[in-house]
Amino acid sequence: MRKGLWYGLLFTAPAILGFLIFTLGPMVASLVLSLTDYNVFKDQTSFVGFANYAKLFSGEDDLFYKSLGVTFYFVLLRVPAVIIISFAVALLLNMNVKGRAVFRTIIYLPSIVPAVASAMIWMWLMNPDLGLLNSMLEWLNLPTSNWLYSEGSVIPSVVLTTLWGIGSTVIIFLAGLAGIPQSYYEAIEVDGGGWFSKLRQITIPMITPTLFFNAIMTLINSFQVFNEAYILTQGGPNNQSLFYVFYLWRTGFRDTEMGYASALAWVLFVIIMIFTYIVFKTSKSWVYYEGGERP
Amino acid sequence: MRQSKLALAGGYAALIVISAMFIIPFVWLVRSSLMDLSQIFTMPPEWIPKPFQWGNFHRALTALPFDVFFTNTMIIVVSVLVGTVITSSIAAFGFSRISWKGRDTVFAILMTSMMLPFAVTMIPSFLGWQMLGFYDTFYPLIVPAYFGGGIFNIFLLRQFYLTIPRDFDEAAFVDGASYFQIYSKIIFPLSRSALIVVALFSFLGSWNDFMGPLIYLKSDRLFTLALGLQMFQGTYTAQWDLLMAASAMVVIPCVIVFLVGQRYFLEGITLTGLKG
Repeated sequence: MRKGLWYGLLFTAPAILGFLIFTLGPMVASLVLSLTDYNVFKDQTSFVGFANYAKLFSGEDDLFYKSLGVTFYFVLLRVPAVIIISFAVALLLNMNVKGRAVFRTIIYLPSIVPAVASAMIWMWLMNPDLGLLNSMLEWLNLPTSNWLYSEGSVIPSVVLTTLWGIGSTVIIFLAGLAGIPQSYYEAIEVDGGGWFSKLRQITIPMITPTLFFNAIMTLINSFQVFNEAYILTQGGPNNQSLFYVFYLWRTGFRDTEMGYASALAWVLFVIIMIFTYIVFKTSKSWVYYEGGERP
Repeated sequence: MRQSKLALAGGYAALIVISAMFIIPFVWLVRSSLMDLSQIFTMPPEWIPKPFQWGNFHRALTALPFDVFFTNTMIIVVSVLVGTVITSSIAAFGFSRISWKGRDTVFAILMTSMMLPFAVTMIPSFLGWQMLGFYDTFYPLIVPAYFGGGIFNIFLLRQFYLTIPRDFDEAAFVDGASYFQIYSKIIFPLSRSALIVVALFSFLGSWNDFMGPLIYLKSDRLFTLALGLQMFQGTYTAQWDLLMAASAMVVIPCVIVFLVGQRYFLEGITLTGLKG
């Protein structure tokens, strides 16, 4: 094929330009901004070197550590919950049951509900006085909860609201399960193995590449939770749900400290990179690739 | 997989319980949107509205200019959808059907942007649009879609294009077709189902977007449904009948789009996950 390079660049030009203008450019600009004291309402901006970062880590800004702690707690709670529950649901959906398609639709449907609407529904479900969750707990004679409105329960409550939207993770697991050859299971049956040995010896090892993909995506998303913080809690009560990106947004757009907020953004970027790197590194020991190949 | 009767029954029971848990919030939404306040607040909760308060929807609609919000949302959604479908398919073509030096390296570099937190680009992008005088307009929300429409969509279409046999292009080449003709006459029509997937994801993405409009739109008259709903919540705290009616109106179009395009959705997600 002649003139491949010229045409190749022509066709991909919008995407390459888009990457330069909307990703790489802003990334570099953000790094530069993070070294300044840029504030929309200040007349002049000066270069401050690493002062923003120094301020972050020195402990002078205790909300930084607070938001970091809140976000880590959320990630630690949410990632395993999403992965375990999605996998369990996918296993159930993978059974040879009638009405599979209907169950699948029901479980996927909540994940397309707009975040604002979903938040609204959950605020109402979790209303301490009149919400459905507490009246159900009362009916079962169990202690009720203040859900989003008390310091101890706010993060688990937010995790619970996000679990409603695990549909796409379930579907990806389901696709992974469908890719496991039946003959492997038959081999276990011949050896007299039951349900548990199939799960342990075939399903789990074979699903690890899918698990890996889902774990990375869930991890990255969980670090960046914003909508829930903005709509459900506004960071409260008493900053117990001051999620990192919410704090960043507040610093940059409400307090207009955009230089400082850019430093916050870069810290988040590095944290996500480190975590992703760790998952990638450890994946060698737990992700199984057929034929020993790695993608 | 062969299963014992007992395991099957247990699985059924578990699926029914789980499905019920996923459905209850929807039921709670609909039932609250059709009740009057006094019935909403009865304890223990009732499930059937008596009488059905269809007027809630009307009251919610007139409390805030939801028609304006709807129009704004549609302008953004449709513009983004068109840009995404066209430019992501063109780019995917360039990354899969044309051989050129450095192609896969460039693609791999673009792919890294998928892992980049939006928080990193958010502030400079905002400042850039503001400098150009486009703060409080739809442009910042629409224009990026015309530059590749997001790497995720390019990736999805590229996966699909790679499965189309090479012979198609070769034959067309022999007949003297150009790359543009191959794209528009062969590949684009052949990839209908994948393009629908991209269009559906794009629709939901911009319909549901909250942070974008929150950052770029200031005037009420430019608000989208998502922003409008949030504003509504601030004004009508504790008026759960109206809040739920308004929420239902934001949810329903998504549900309809999903149910109509369900087959494509599931295909699309499978495509991204399996080959990721």
